[in-house]
Amino acid sequence: MLKTILKRILQSIPTLLIVITITFVLTRMIPGNPARTILGPQASAQDIAEMEIKLGLNKSKLEQYADYMIGILHGDFGTSYVYNRPVTSLIAERIPNTLVITLTSLVIAIFIGVGIGVLSAIKQYSILDYIFMILALVGVSMPIFWLGLMLVNLFSVQLGWLPALGMGSMSKGIGDVISHMVLPCFCLATIPTATFARITRSSMLEVIHSDSIKALRARGIKESSIIWKHALKNALPPIVTVLGLQLASAFTGAILTESIFSWPGMGTMIVSAIDNRDYMLIQGTVLFIAVVFVVVNLLVDVVYMIINPRVSYDSKGGN
Amino acid sequence: MADITKTTSADALGLDAQAEMLKTERRANNVWNKLKRNKTAMIGLVIVVVMVFIAVFAPVLAPYDPNEIHPLDAFLKPFSEGHIFGTDQFGRDLLSRVIYGARVSLIVAAGGTLVGGVIGVLLGLIAGFMGGIVDSVIMRIMDGFLSFPFVLLSIILMTVLGQGLINVIIAIGIGNIPSFARVVRGEVHIVKNEEYCNACRVIGVSNTRLLFTHILPNAISPIIVYATLNVASAIISEAALSFLGLGIAAPTASWGSILREGKSSLTTAPFVATISGAFILITVLGFNLFGDGIRDVLDPKMKQ
Repeated sequence: MLKTILKRILQSIPTLLIVITITFVLTRMIPGNPARTILGPQASAQDIAEMEIKLGLNKSKLEQYADYMIGILHGDFGTSYVYNRPVTSLIAERIPNTLVITLTSLVIAIFIGVGIGVLSAIKQYSILDYIFMILALVGVSMPIFWLGLMLVNLFSVQLGWLPALGMGSMSKGIGDVISHMVLPCFCLATIPTATFARITRSSMLEVIHSDSIKALRARGIKESSIIWKHALKNALPPIVTVLGLQLASAFTGAILTESIFSWPGMGTMIVSAIDNRDYMLIQGTVLFIAVVFVVVNLLVDVVYMIINPRVSYDSKGGN
Repeated sequence: MADITKTTSADALGLDAQAEMLKTERRANNVWNKLKRNKTAMIGLVIVVVMVFIAVFAPVLAPYDPNEIHPLDAFLKPFSEGHIFGTDQFGRDLLSRVIYGARVSLIVAAGGTLVGGVIGVLLGLIAGFMGGIVDSVIMRIMDGFLSFPFVLLSIILMTVLGQGLINVIIAIGIGNIPSFARVVRGEVHIVKNEEYCNACRVIGVSNTRLLFTHILPNAISPIIVYATLNVASAIISEAALSFLGLGIAAPTASWGSILREGKSSLTTAPFVATISGAFILITVLGFNLFGDGIRDVLDPKMKQ
């Protein structure tokens, strides 16, 4: 077991190196000269040349790549041209805001989604089941940036119940913060909730009809305990896989959601970095998110191995 | 005598061909029949067909030029005279823009899926068939690409490539390559050691021929299923990119770019965003329903 887990960890190292390389190559391909962007259109050729030396842009691409790699290994993700601050400190400042909405919405999604999935499974082919599954299907098909706009229009513009933009502040009390969180979280939770509901339903259906559950019934164990304790536990592995995928794609959702609600997180930072051609910041945040993605996938696989020891990772090779 | 043999063999050939045709027809019928019984898949198919119809016949169906500006008619409400969906901030007819938008959105979604599909399938075939170091290198690079959240990867690619129809197709296509490669590689792994593949090797069939005429057709079901479901997510990706201002450039209408304009006029004319987004939702729903349906018929294993 420990050996397979270690092997899985080692497997993610080449992936990380490739991620770093892809990020480097892609950001170098973004058109425009960073030195000119920083200095503005009036800068003289000499100033630009000096700035290029300062930024290390006069070196060969290979040297730049080596510098970049060494920097990353030292935890140095570069310095943002626009903010004139280390990228890591900018990320550290923004990441809690993004985590607040992504994690809150994921927790909501797990409880509601798994709950709906279990109910649908035990009441298979009932009206309730149909309604839930239609809602779930609409949920997974939802363009969340549109949903965000519709929520803003309804609850902020028309009804005036909830604030549409920004994050609120603790100084105005916890109520202010929560009221600012409602719409972004609702928006972000939609797709995960629907996905959890669908996967839980199908996984539960498979388990409910298995012999082990019939055996439990035969022993006269309480139905609610069979469903929520025994069956749900056996239905967990696919749900955990989906959890990992959703955790990772929550960041994607956050980019869009944050830009609708002007939520000051990683998403708005990336979008404005792209607008400003702030290469180091783009490079740093993109790399950071990709690394989180790899690590989350790794954790999910490890958890999966622990809860479902039947899975063998040896035979899968490249996967 | 010679004539008789000739006709008999010709007859035999004809019969064979006929039997072959019957067989394929029966198979198609079978898939189609199963699909026909699946009500939700049929709803999906109807939505898809209607949207494709709208996209193909946009010039006939649209009552106005989608880019024709009438400043005096800005923000007419839906059901105003001559404008069922109303008009946007430049007085352009929203119905016409949504109809032309269907064209752009579907071309991008289908194009992106095709680009990603063709390259991904090739890479997956090579990786799965060759195995060893080639497999490792290809799949590690694919893993690397898969480590980027899809929207993030397309955002960077769009920054590199610049706005425009072809570039959006390329960006979405590149983002799609790794998952296609993975699906195909997995299938090839299963198929390549089957008895009939070994038989082909024994009688000296070349690798290329083995790959394209024997292995690929047997791996086609999951590819079709994956591609259909992928069109749905590609529509969302296009809309997301255009919504962020990185996709289709103004004034060209795509559902995403109309939605972006709708965002800025949300307080004065919420219907612009509502209508364009509703089209995205319905179309994505259609492709998802249809995709789920053909998955159940073609590839029951994949059903989760």
